[in-house]
Amino acid sequence: MSADLQTPIKRARGLGSAKDGTHHFIIQRITALALIPLSIWIVWLALALMHADFAQARAILHHPFAAVWLAAFVIAAFWHAQLGMQVVIEDYVHTRWLEISAQLAVKFFCFIAALACLLAIARMALS
Amino acid sequence: MPQAARPLSPHLGIYKWQLTMMLSIIHRATGIALVAGTLLLVWTLLALAQGPEAYARVQMLCASIPGTVLLFGWSWALCYHLCNGIRHLAWDAGWGFDIPRAYLTGWSVVVVSLLMTAAIWACVFARGGTA
Repeated sequence: MSADLQTPIKRARGLGSAKDGTHHFIIQRITALALIPLSIWIVWLALALMHADFAQARAILHHPFAAVWLAAFVIAAFWHAQLGMQVVIEDYVHTRWLEISAQLAVKFFCFIAALACLLAIARMALS
Repeated sequence: MPQAARPLSPHLGIYKWQLTMMLSIIHRATGIALVAGTLLLVWTLLALAQGPEAYARVQMLCASIPGTVLLFGWSWALCYHLCNGIRHLAWDAGWGFDIPRAYLTGWSVVVVSLLMTAAIWACVFARGGTA
């Protein structure tokens, strides 16, 4: 019964936004902006790789320019993906333990996947 | 905190279907599909870093019919999410909120994303398909 005596504002305080929503919004837009040229370039890269054998593909990715663009794409894409998936999970997953598990799974996946890509890019660029 | 089972205001069950909401839903769906698509990116880069045998397996999957269908789907998802993402950025800048413009840009996104996908696959097949 005691909880019913609380005013709505008292109950809402401390449970609302974590006060970093604006930062989330801005980073999602900045990565989106970066991904416009980068994703067009990644389509070009995919088309080039599709008709290349192993040696030709390695030669394409050995070029420093390709390595930089690809690394930039990987960072922006996985950052953007994590932010987007976070919002989707917040919107649709309402069971608390499932929501937290899904959020952690997405963050771990994006981090590991980005790391794997970057190390592979570095290995090909430096070999 | 779940309230009593009272009706919530506008929800999909009673809302009239229209272009703008379809595009919004597809934007999310393509975003999720593209996250799944990053698995191919990770796999391709790791295989390329690893060696010719590993890369041959990636090429084999891409050249297969299910692989080509997946690539086709992801290519359209990327084109759509890119075009509609630019539309969203224009909204964020305060442009294009009025109804005629929201519909004009909406249909433009549909048409341009399909044209881009067609152009990509014209390039693929002009050089002998996914093999």
